Amino acid sequence: MRETFVAGTTAILDEDPRTALVLADISAAAFEPVRERHPDRVLNVGIRESLLVGVAGGLAQTGLRPIAHSYAPFLVERAFEQIKLDFGNQDGHGVLVSVGASYDNAQAGRSHHAPGDVALIDTLPGWEVRVPGHPDEVDPLLRHAVGGDGSVYLRLSTRSNDGAHAGTDGRLVPLRTGHRAVVVAVGPMLSAVLAATVGLDVTVAYTNTVRPFDAAGLRELAGATGDTVILVEPYLAGTSARVVDDALLDRPHRTLGLGVRRVDLHRFGTPADHDDAHGLTPDALRHAIAGFLLPR
Amino acid sequence: MTTATEDLLGYEDLPALLTRMTGDEKHEPSATSTLDVLWVLYDRVLRVDPDNLHDPARDRFLLSKGHGPAAYYAVLAAKGFFPTDLLDDFGSYDSPLGYHPDRTRLPGVEISSGSLGHGLPLGVGVALGLRAQGFPDARTYVLVGDAELDEGSNHEAIAYAGATGLASLTVVVVDNRSATHGWPGGIGARFAAHGWSTATVDGRNHRALESALTTPLPGRPHVVVATVEDKY
Repeated sequence: MRETFVAGTTAILDEDPRTALVLADISAAAFEPVRERHPDRVLNVGIRESLLVGVAGGLAQTGLRPIAHSYAPFLVERAFEQIKLDFGNQDGHGVLVSVGASYDNAQAGRSHHAPGDVALIDTLPGWEVRVPGHPDEVDPLLRHAVGGDGSVYLRLSTRSNDGAHAGTDGRLVPLRTGHRAVVVAVGPMLSAVLAATVGLDVTVAYTNTVRPFDAAGLRELAGATGDTVILVEPYLAGTSARVVDDALLDRPHRTLGLGVRRVDLHRFGTPADHDDAHGLTPDALRHAIAGFLLPR
Repeated sequence: MTTATEDLLGYEDLPALLTRMTGDEKHEPSATSTLDVLWVLYDRVLRVDPDNLHDPARDRFLLSKGHGPAAYYAVLAAKGFFPTDLLDDFGSYDSPLGYHPDRTRLPGVEISSGSLGHGLPLGVGVALGLRAQGFPDARTYVLVGDAELDEGSNHEAIAYAGATGLASLTVVVVDNRSATHGWPGGIGARFAAHGWSTATVDGRNHRALESALTTPLPGRPHVVVATVEDKY
């Protein structure tokens, strides 16, 4: 996904003089060719994430459309107050694009893991959150984000499904239909969810957009399943549980939020090892999903 | 945008405007330390006024040290950015004049501030954005306090602006020696180490302030350290 992002952003910077890219060394080498063509709009501030977001906020104040890019924990967690104040409180907008996700670089340890990024962004009003599940979803989402005028968080990962399954409209895409629950697979969790639910009588719906969440689509799909909803998100478990509750406020419903657990493992290894530890393998997901279904 | 219709006021009118906000003839140090710097900026330096508020080529003034904004509001009111009547309701729920300025509420305010250490990084971005869009004559001015300089985000901005020769940026540091651990060697030296041109002047001397603010060296960002009375 990072390669797709680099190619797409390079093209956007060439096409649209209203756009700018701010970097903090991460991915700087990949953007060097376009920086040479547009040195005033491709800015590498060095390893300074507070400044990265502050500069992007300042660019927005002058009418440019900034893209700020870094590793997820440094972009969102270290510079969170800058995101809150230098964009939102200034009535300014931009596009944040992260790599690293929850534990793409598992071996690097907790410092490089950001399972809480979406939950943090979700404390701020008005942000769109896009979580592509395949490299082919990245470029349309990127162009949609940069071409708009709101604030967008685009969360890239090295994890991926077997293909693209959604565009940019933010709608839930039903891929399987059943009667006992709707399982919402977010971004790169889809492949594991499809494997986990083989033979289960559940609806599987995919989305790459969690804010704004497709509440209307969920109401429709959940209504056919007794309003039993299971979220499978590739970041902190339960991050979208509140939007499910809001969507079904007037109907008795049951919600299970699966995702990265609130535990600091102090382990390295591979992303697959961490999937195992957080109960996000197909076998573990199947056990959790089947266990949440009411007896017939 | 509605602007004041009354005649513009002068420096000698500022104490009365301050009193309308505080209800007190004796004003807080945080409110008045910046008074002369702000007056000189708006009276003699900045190419911004109520009639060109939306001109993309205007100068930008970013008040990073947003606390104690009474002097800022008094100067903006005196210069006609908004009616002086608004001063009387300072800080109320319906007033656009908060205890920290809000750019979405008050004409002439370029940034919403409050949390320290945001104005200078934002100012770097503003200066870069103006340069990228072909406004080479638009200058960006940022006012910070000497205690605010403690925030590390400022030092990311100082280092980067110096290294890249961001010559359209001017920082004014109002120094009332309120930084808890001080600045050994002086504040100017901290900037000079990163290639900034520097001037340290009496923050109450209008002629000295004007001279320092309007004589940056080419090819470098510029800092003016405006020294005022000790806070304590």
